[in-house]
Amino acid sequence: MIEQIELTKRFNKIDPQSINDFLEFDGYKVFKKVLTMNSNEIINEIALSKITGRGGAGFPVSIKMSSFANETGVKYIVCNADEGEPGNFKDRYLMEKDPHQVIEGILISAYSTGASKGFIYIRGEYSKSIDIIRHSIKEAYKNNYLGDNILGSNFSFELEIRRGAGAYICGEEFALIESIEGKPGRTRVKPPFPTQQGVFNKPTLINNVETFCNLPFILRIGGNEYSKIGSEYATGTKLISLTGNVNNKGLYEVPYGRTIREVIEILGGGVKDNKEIGMVQLGGACGAIIPESLLDMDIDNEKFAIFDSKMGAGAIIVMDESFDLFDILLKNMEFFQHETCGKCMPCREGHIQVLNLIKKFVRYSATKDDYLSLESLANVIHETTLCGLGQTSMTSILSTIKFFQEEYQQRIRESLFKEGY
Amino acid sequence: MFLQKILESYPISEDYLLEILLDIDKQKENHYISKEEITLISNHLGIKESHVCSVVSFYTLLSTNPRGKYIIQICKDVPCYLNDDFNVLKTVENELNIRVNDTTRNQKFTLEYTACIGCCDEAPAIRINNITYTNLTKDKVVNIISDYKEGKHD
Amino acid sequence: MVNLKINNINVTVTDDITILEAAQQYNINIPTLCYYPDLHINSDCRICVVEIEGYKGLKTACSTPVREGMNILTNTPKILNSRKTITELILSNHDASCTSCIRNMSCELQSLAKNLGININRFENVLEKKEIDDHNPSLVRNANRCIKCGRCIDVCKDVQAMHVLESMGRGHEMEIKPAFGRYLSDEFCTFCGQCANVCPVGAIIEKDNTDIVWEKLYDSNYHVMVQVAPAVRVSIGEEIGLETGLISNGKLVSAIKRLGFNNVYDTDFSADLTIMEEGTELINRIKTGGVLPLLTSCCPGWINLAEQEYPEILPHISSCKSPQQMFGTLAKTYFAEKENMDPKKIYVVSIMPCTAKKYEATRRELRIDNKTPDVDIVLTTRELGKMFRQMGIDFNQIDEVEFDNPFGISTGAAALFGATGGVTEAALRTVYEILNEKPLEDINFTSVRGMKGIKETEIKLGDLNVKVAVSHSLSNARILIEEVIAGTSPYSFIEIMACPGGCIGGGGQPYGTTNEVRLERIASTYLVDGNMVYRKSHENPSIKKLYKDYLIEPNSSMAHHLLHTKYSPKNI
Repeated sequence: MIEQIELTKRFNKIDPQSINDFLEFDGYKVFKKVLTMNSNEIINEIALSKITGRGGAGFPVSIKMSSFANETGVKYIVCNADEGEPGNFKDRYLMEKDPHQVIEGILISAYSTGASKGFIYIRGEYSKSIDIIRHSIKEAYKNNYLGDNILGSNFSFELEIRRGAGAYICGEEFALIESIEGKPGRTRVKPPFPTQQGVFNKPTLINNVETFCNLPFILRIGGNEYSKIGSEYATGTKLISLTGNVNNKGLYEVPYGRTIREVIEILGGGVKDNKEIGMVQLGGACGAIIPESLLDMDIDNEKFAIFDSKMGAGAIIVMDESFDLFDILLKNMEFFQHETCGKCMPCREGHIQVLNLIKKFVRYSATKDDYLSLESLANVIHETTLCGLGQTSMTSILSTIKFFQEEYQQRIRESLFKEGY
Repeated sequence: MFLQKILESYPISEDYLLEILLDIDKQKENHYISKEEITLISNHLGIKESHVCSVVSFYTLLSTNPRGKYIIQICKDVPCYLNDDFNVLKTVENELNIRVNDTTRNQKFTLEYTACIGCCDEAPAIRINNITYTNLTKDKVVNIISDYKEGKHD
Repeated sequence: MVNLKINNINVTVTDDITILEAAQQYNINIPTLCYYPDLHINSDCRICVVEIEGYKGLKTACSTPVREGMNILTNTPKILNSRKTITELILSNHDASCTSCIRNMSCELQSLAKNLGININRFENVLEKKEIDDHNPSLVRNANRCIKCGRCIDVCKDVQAMHVLESMGRGHEMEIKPAFGRYLSDEFCTFCGQCANVCPVGAIIEKDNTDIVWEKLYDSNYHVMVQVAPAVRVSIGEEIGLETGLISNGKLVSAIKRLGFNNVYDTDFSADLTIMEEGTELINRIKTGGVLPLLTSCCPGWINLAEQEYPEILPHISSCKSPQQMFGTLAKTYFAEKENMDPKKIYVVSIMPCTAKKYEATRRELRIDNKTPDVDIVLTTRELGKMFRQMGIDFNQIDEVEFDNPFGISTGAAALFGATGGVTEAALRTVYEILNEKPLEDINFTSVRGMKGIKETEIKLGDLNVKVAVSHSLSNARILIEEVIAGTSPYSFIEIMACPGGCIGGGGQPYGTTNEVRLERIASTYLVDGNMVYRKSHENPSIKKLYKDYLIEPNSSMAHHLLHTKYSPKNI
């Protein structure tokens, strides 16, 4: 068995709309324990756990937390629930199936860092998540897990929902912060970083839903114990959104260090209709596309360096042999062309040109020059853009140039004969 | 007036702009923000019309043009594509006799693309207003649309 | 201080600057495009990318702070390739008909492409043609040339607090335009033209009136005269490639004469007249308990703001026409009568540092007998430069000539009108001496000089200690105006100029008007003042003669009829 159930342990066992169900299932128990600890103790446990952010960038959580804890004055916690990366749905499940676990994680972060207000930023498309979280926040207020002097302590904390309105870019932390402020989601120049100047230019700690959900777990079993789960490079469990042409699509919680093949074969039940695996895209539209031969790789960020990318938020999209590489790349590029915010020039003007070039491959009218332009442009976008969108949007192209070079060359050869196709 | 009610339900602070706009969109049968509403919002929040326009035009869930009562959003991303063996988009287009980004003449339906709606484990999926429909088959799509046509959700 | 290496050169700089600034200190040139010294660091164009050892990806020099031990390379093949690729991308969504663009040879994108050696564009042109907005007398907005660098938004929003221009839409479809895509004429736009001044390309430009002027110059039905604003003489040098802040008086007059004008006059003359009228208005308001503070009225951008957004402030504004309009009126009345000419045949051209002056000249209130405009057409400093180039005039090859009379004699006080605080200083020199009936000990009011956003001073006028304030840029104007409206303003007199630095920093001034350049023009302005024979408006002998012969006395009914105007609230 390669599953380890912790973040998903209450899924389908409690009524997500009932705080009492949550409380009966050990809910807010860790938070109560945390209320007896001091900031250093809590952050120290988190440091020992070696947990990294689950939103995609994989930055050590405790480093961000302790620099945020050192900031004084008004400061904010933001839960990034703008899950928009194609192929990912873990945050939706976390919010819809165990909403108070999210709130508990936020509370632990707020208490340990001295923040007094928080926002959960949920993408507008997630209507159900919004309704459930809204209800849960109300219940938490009613039961004094939110509000003034929580559970009789000196700790007070306000939590508010903010809805997105259809913009993938708002998953980027500064774009999200701008959106919370009621502005278009266009990122800001760093430095300063959000922990220094975030929402309303106040220090802001921003984490992914799954990251927050890990905190009750860490503090329940202790950082040391937690660090034993996973691999030498990444600790804890990871929620994997497994989709595409597999028999058992779904959300799986696995310890880091499992191989991609294990997830696809054992949990996913292999490819549908007895077909072969053609390609696998990791992380989502912003992730690498790899051939079957690389599937024995562990799921952790360190190993993914060879793709010049990361595991991302944990999507595994399996494509059977019948799909054409360039059709998939076209879908990816249409996505980014639609979602680029328009702020920085290589991203704004680059994606439309990448899309044009990929269309030539799809239509069998690509030349060697088109290939060279594509490769050069993809590298420039990857290297020079302002935020994570453009820095990662080219991963599917750059990785396939590396692992599917022959398909590019063949398409160029075929184009010679199919001109006018 | 419904707009006044929405405005009063939030503190007068410009960071609530997006929340206000989403509420208006939800309450209006034709799902759009009018010029007059933009003027009223900007006066209420003490911000410039240009700012409100900038926000409305940035987010795809918002529109300054009237849309249908039901906005049908078709996911066009890879996980849905991989599981779409009957062509969801074509099916809906045929049922409604419109193309993507169009509105039916009776103002009942607008067809749009959407970015991934996080239902990839139950792909293919579409979203109609706030409801998500998953594990679609051709028959299922036809039935869903005909239910809406017949006014079962009105 | 931190030590780092740029291109293997050891660099020691303070720790609070960016890589770009550090490189500039060591004369290492890193190309930029969206960067503009006084505005936000948007870091949008990504042209200034550099490689930093140990950093992932390329980093923008404009936004990355220096750190101890950094090892930076600014021109590797990878960097050069990135810059070229980005430039190609920008050009692929740009109306690059350079030879028929007003910014040809002064375009920042064009010179970037040239310096990077772009000789081919690998990318398809994806420009979608958009309508050009030329529906107002001042500015033309051509979105087909816009590269969305965001500079115009920054000046419009942050410097001027106008928020007319914003980015609309997302991604590739993003455009910079007013709300609802309206024309500027349908907006609360003051036509200050700061957007046009900072635009790196030809996307926002002044409405070009040079052709009309050429036609009139060769039309024998007209007597064509020109007035030159105070701020133009300290900036025209830059426009024709000479040094920043160069003072050109005689050569400027000589060059303009060569263009074929019948008379070349000085707006400084009517600036002195403005001081007489406005100063007297101030004295009267103080003496009779009139509406105070009195707000200056020379700046048409500010008048637009007041009429559009602050109707309750209008009674505070001096009823004096601006110097430009006073000149036009006198040309078509006093001068016409004296020379026995038909006012309709007199064609008055102004050379102004300003785009809003173009709009001002078209105002219905500013006409002789409700029909003939005081001023017929306005050219900016940049358009004057264009006419010089069209004529092939070389400043090095021409003699110095004096302004024509009767509107050619002026004072140092008038020259100050070009710089922020100048109108105040000029007014105080005159008002003090008239009210107190004794000479000022020190005529230099240094506390109202310089680039500080809001400046103030105090002066004894009669028995009263009078507080005076000066603001430049409309965001600062709003602060003072809102105080007046709230009834908390401690001032009796407020000078308001729409543009940063005053007219020397106007929207019609040569490109590259940064605060550093503004300071040089300001310094030259005070030099002009210091070198004048007369430095107080009321000592101008021509002004004295004008009152004696024609206007009788300041604020006389004749003066009121000709030199004063009214304001009214405006709606979109």
